[in-house]
Amino acid sequence: MTESTPPPLPGGGDWLRLHPATPLLKGGIALIAVIGFVLANVRERLLEMFVGGPDSGDLLEELNRRGHLGWAIGIVLGGLLLGVVAFYLSWRMHTYRINDEAVEVRSGILFRTHRQARLDRIQGIAITRPFIARLFGAARLELSVAGQDAKVQLAYLRSGDVDRLRHDILLLASARRAEEAAGTPAPDASGSAGIIGRRVTELLAPELDPSEAPPESVVRISPLRLAGSLLASGATVFAIAGIVALSVLAASGRELGFVFLIVPAILGSAGYFARKVTRSLRFSIASTPDGVRVGYGLLTISNDTLPPGRIHAIEVYQPLLWRPFGWWAIRINRAGHASSGSGSQPATTMLPVGTRADVDKVLSLVLPGLASADTRHLILAGMVSSGPTPGFAVDFIPAPRRGRWLRPFSWRRTGYALAGDTVLLRKGLVWRQLVAVPAARIQSLRIEQGPLERALDLCSLTLDTVAGPVSATLSVLDRAGSITAFDAISRAATMAGALEDGSRDPQPLRPENDR
Amino acid sequence: MSDPTPVTKRVEIGGDWRPVSPKYIGVELVGVALFGVMAIGATLVFSLTRWFAQPLGWILVAAALVVTLVMFVVAPRRVRSIGYQLRDDDLLFRRGIMFHRVVSVPYGRMQLIDINRGPVARFLGLAELRFVTAAAATGVTIPGLADADADSLRDALVSLAETRRAGL
Repeated sequence: MTESTPPPLPGGGDWLRLHPATPLLKGGIALIAVIGFVLANVRERLLEMFVGGPDSGDLLEELNRRGHLGWAIGIVLGGLLLGVVAFYLSWRMHTYRINDEAVEVRSGILFRTHRQARLDRIQGIAITRPFIARLFGAARLELSVAGQDAKVQLAYLRSGDVDRLRHDILLLASARRAEEAAGTPAPDASGSAGIIGRRVTELLAPELDPSEAPPESVVRISPLRLAGSLLASGATVFAIAGIVALSVLAASGRELGFVFLIVPAILGSAGYFARKVTRSLRFSIASTPDGVRVGYGLLTISNDTLPPGRIHAIEVYQPLLWRPFGWWAIRINRAGHASSGSGSQPATTMLPVGTRADVDKVLSLVLPGLASADTRHLILAGMVSSGPTPGFAVDFIPAPRRGRWLRPFSWRRTGYALAGDTVLLRKGLVWRQLVAVPAARIQSLRIEQGPLERALDLCSLTLDTVAGPVSATLSVLDRAGSITAFDAISRAATMAGALEDGSRDPQPLRPENDR
Repeated sequence: MSDPTPVTKRVEIGGDWRPVSPKYIGVELVGVALFGVMAIGATLVFSLTRWFAQPLGWILVAAALVVTLVMFVVAPRRVRSIGYQLRDDDLLFRRGIMFHRVVSVPYGRMQLIDINRGPVARFLGLAELRFVTAAAATGVTIPGLADADADSLRDALVSLAETRRAGL
């Protein structure tokens, strides 16, 4: 890192290269395996020649005798050499640059690409450390911007640098160019031990650097609770039901050929569990100066930083089986499609499982405006209660009683509230949900009415946000009340959007004006 | 609430709704006609080739015929149900008879505006304006605008989005 200029440009604004192990990590491992395989075989051949051959082990003569073998080896070696050269060249040609306005990446040998992402459009920065890359001390940095396949990937960088690089990028992206950037040099453990020692330190280091976030803002999940939450999930019930059904069928002595059809399903669900576990182990969510930081992973470590104002909808939900334990989970909608590297979804889970206190903490991180004293009760009411909450000025506006014809169970809980610049939707009796949408993030507002709803003088209300797991729809609302709410919410959406664009100063990143 | 007489149970939002061009009924009718030809033709072929048991095939043909006729009859009403309003801060759009839908989009949420012209619409001098936000579900597509209207509406929306973006 340069420490010369007050706005510190990483690398001084020059073109930088990636980690030297990059080609290896990007599929080069396979190349090495092939090389190893070939070498092993050749050695065998050589041994055979030396030991079992009729002649006194003259290599050239032996190759001459089996002329085609020599050719084959030559071709394979040539191909491998070409591969190595290509990997080296691709590493040489893959450079990146960070300046005041954008992050640029140039890559490709024959087909050159030059990708540039504007800093003020960054939706989030994800850092992933796959296990093998961690052995090399490398990490992958992904800048996501809104849009399909719109991300800039810097793979791979030195593991020790990426956190700082992300910090710098977010700092550059924000209006403030604080002096703090010049202080606190990146912690470097190289002095103490050699390269091995450094690797080991990095491997064992805590996932979240304690200096990065105030500890009281950190939410963690104990592995025990995680295991419990997985056991008490619908997937488990499904699996048990499947196993029971299978054993009953097996016991009844029917034809069991179809069992083999189920094997993929079993494998699939095992994979689902494994993925869920690896994605939730060592989960932490914390507030850092750059935004909300979500980290997870045991072997492959990922973390994702969301600058403020990049969360489009939040859902706090509780599956039925979690209710006895008082566990909740939180997921969000966000614009960028981050970290699609290893086939993973954009990280939309903000809390895999947590208690009500954890929910409180996470909500106050992702929606600071909502956690104020006069709306706090709304969150609680939205999570657990149904019907009105007496004693408070702002309350959920419930669905009318005639909604029970269409929603026999959940009509009592269905309701909405406009708290400050956030719209809260409460729904679901069995699967409790509380959806919060910041008014500034509402893209459009829909009111819909089908024939059944018309007969009952009802209608449904939808807040459209960017695509994601959270859908903000309420279905059996009073018609007249909804029309009033429709006006109020659309006004709030306009006002909040305009406010944010114009004059919100402490917003560290200039919000993407129309999101 | 702008509706003083709650005799209706429809979702009605007051204001000056602008209709789309009546010529758009023509586009709809052509669409219905195409649908009818395909549906009736397909069922007819099936029943003539005895693919289905005999009475069933003709019932299907009759059903296709009835559906097509009903669609013909309601097409004008469906077109009349389409409307839009340029309010101070947002664009309101509504459509549908059975499944009625009203959408409000703040101008500042505009990402881009498409103007499309299908073959029939082009023949009638009509265009379709699509207001795209970051949410795929917004789905505001105003069909049946006269060519000139579509262009001027687009320009108006773009400039409104610009001023709303600058902050009120």
